[in-house]
Amino acid sequence: MLTFISKRILEAIPTLLILITVSFFLMHSAPGSPFSSERTLPPEVLANINAKYHLDEPVINQYFYYLGGLLQGDLGPSFRYKDFTINELIAQSFPVSAEIGIWSFLVALLIGVGCGIIAALRQNSWLDYGVMGFANLGIVLPNFVLAPLCILFFSIYNHWLPPGGWNGGAWPYLVMPVIAMSTSYIAQIARITRGSMIETMHSNFIRTARAKGLPKYRIIFQHALRPAMLPVVSYLGPAFVGIVTGSVIVDVYFGTGGIGQHFINGALNRDYSMVMGVTILVGTLTILFNAIVDILYAVIDPKIRY
Amino acid sequence: MSLSNTKNLLEVNNLRVNFRTPDGFVTAVNDLNFTLAQGETLGIVGESGSGKSQTAFALMGLLAGNGVIEGEARFNEQNILTLNEKAMNRIRSKEIAMIFQDPMTSLNPYMKVGKQLMEVLMLHKGMSKAEAFEASVKMLDAVKMPEARKRMNMYPHEFSGGMRQRVMIAMALLCQPKLLIADEPTTALDVTVQAQILTLLNELKDDFNTSIIMITHDLGVVAGLCDKVLVMYAGQTMEYGTAEDVFYRPTHPYTQGLLKAIPRLDADDEKLSTIPGNPPNLLHMPSGCPFQTRCEFAKERCGESMPELKEFAPGQLRACHKSVDGWIA
Repeated sequence: MLTFISKRILEAIPTLLILITVSFFLMHSAPGSPFSSERTLPPEVLANINAKYHLDEPVINQYFYYLGGLLQGDLGPSFRYKDFTINELIAQSFPVSAEIGIWSFLVALLIGVGCGIIAALRQNSWLDYGVMGFANLGIVLPNFVLAPLCILFFSIYNHWLPPGGWNGGAWPYLVMPVIAMSTSYIAQIARITRGSMIETMHSNFIRTARAKGLPKYRIIFQHALRPAMLPVVSYLGPAFVGIVTGSVIVDVYFGTGGIGQHFINGALNRDYSMVMGVTILVGTLTILFNAIVDILYAVIDPKIRY
Repeated sequence: MSLSNTKNLLEVNNLRVNFRTPDGFVTAVNDLNFTLAQGETLGIVGESGSGKSQTAFALMGLLAGNGVIEGEARFNEQNILTLNEKAMNRIRSKEIAMIFQDPMTSLNPYMKVGKQLMEVLMLHKGMSKAEAFEASVKMLDAVKMPEARKRMNMYPHEFSGGMRQRVMIAMALLCQPKLLIADEPTTALDVTVQAQILTLLNELKDDFNTSIIMITHDLGVVAGLCDKVLVMYAGQTMEYGTAEDVFYRPTHPYTQGLLKAIPRLDADDEKLSTIPGNPPNLLHMPSGCPFQTRCEFAKERCGESMPELKEFAPGQLRACHKSVDGWIA
């Protein structure tokens, strides 16, 4: 297991380097620059600014400047938020998204798996159709529709929750972002769980468990749950990354100040170092959680050994 | 009807298994009758789709959701077909245990073999973990599992097919059930392992005085193990009698065909003898005898009515219009 983990860490380095290189050159090959939009600056000022950020040098030099900074853990200065470094901006916004994300993940996992199991065990009953109808609704209902609906219902009609803001993550401020964030994941997890649970319950070893005279709840929890969770676990890795890196929709509607806004704004503003920063963050998390999924696989399935 | 005079452990009366399918009602088992005394072994023989496995699932209450049972199966005087799930769970494995056809997939691949054995004892015998562990090791020893103690902590994928079937047999015998249903226990195994498993079952049958229903399409298995044989075809009983009678004096054309189809080492035939044709589609059963289209003796009346299952000699029953020595006028 230890060799496996160290191997995965070593593999992550070239993967990240390729990711950084490709995104760096792709971004610089796009037309425009961080300072070409909005107001036109006097040429002298522009030249000064370009010199300050090394934008007047060949792209390949800029690439090595960037890698040099990266090796020291410096994601560079923001081209947009002049007084901030990318490290500061991410350190400020990522914890917000991560907090919303982790709660959303837990909610999605608990409700999703629960609904999936119930639907599977009552296959083709009204309960199954009800739960799965709700799940499908969660998939077709985009969060940019769900978010304003939440605000209408919880804040405007009923005055139960503040319509936005963060306030250090106090729970009234968390509820709506978590609803908006988790709904589609609940739906996906419920669908995957249902499908794999139905398949598992039809397998031969479940028939053996029934022939042993085990009561139904023990068949489900001791024999069926583990194998039924395998496809869910492989979905959860990438889903977790998506969920903790937040969503621009949540940040915009609820004004939470999470990292989701930076994905869109960074790209729109040609804020090179911001785009690179969030790319590296998502890339690293993706590699990390895929490795965790692989480890969980080995924990669940005894046939898998590294 | 009873072949033995001792008190019967199991009496199956007019058992029917029907399935509701999108294409209509299918009768997989049609009016099955047999009895089994304590310590006796019954072989149920037939081709794929003859209803032999569905009979076993019906007795264990493991039929698919669209299955409907009629008739009764009296086990120790109690009709087990009408029991609810909870009452049935007290019988499963404790009184009636089952071994399945495919040992490769019948054990839970995600659970240690020891735990899969122990849970049966902890459930039915109320044993503690430690007691159940020791009893399981003992049972693995009884099925001649080498290094039984070490293997308790292994997963099924670390066992060969034959070893897994030994685990299944050990699991089935843990509570010393009165009845063991073995659904083609050797079909998925290679020939030498088949022989070992059959020898094992034969020994265990004597050691534990367990009654066995052996479901198989292999007449060799029946010959070596069974006291009585029931030959099924398309859900119907064709012939039923002692193993010796059915083997040495088969009277039904279907049984005769099956026996002829066994390759023999002492004959020079280049070609295997077969029964031409296929079993009928259960959705569109022909009227009369289901075997008529493949029967070399078939006459007009075979298409008109299903022959009754009648005792034609003491302890020997058959369902055929043709008399034992020729056609009844």
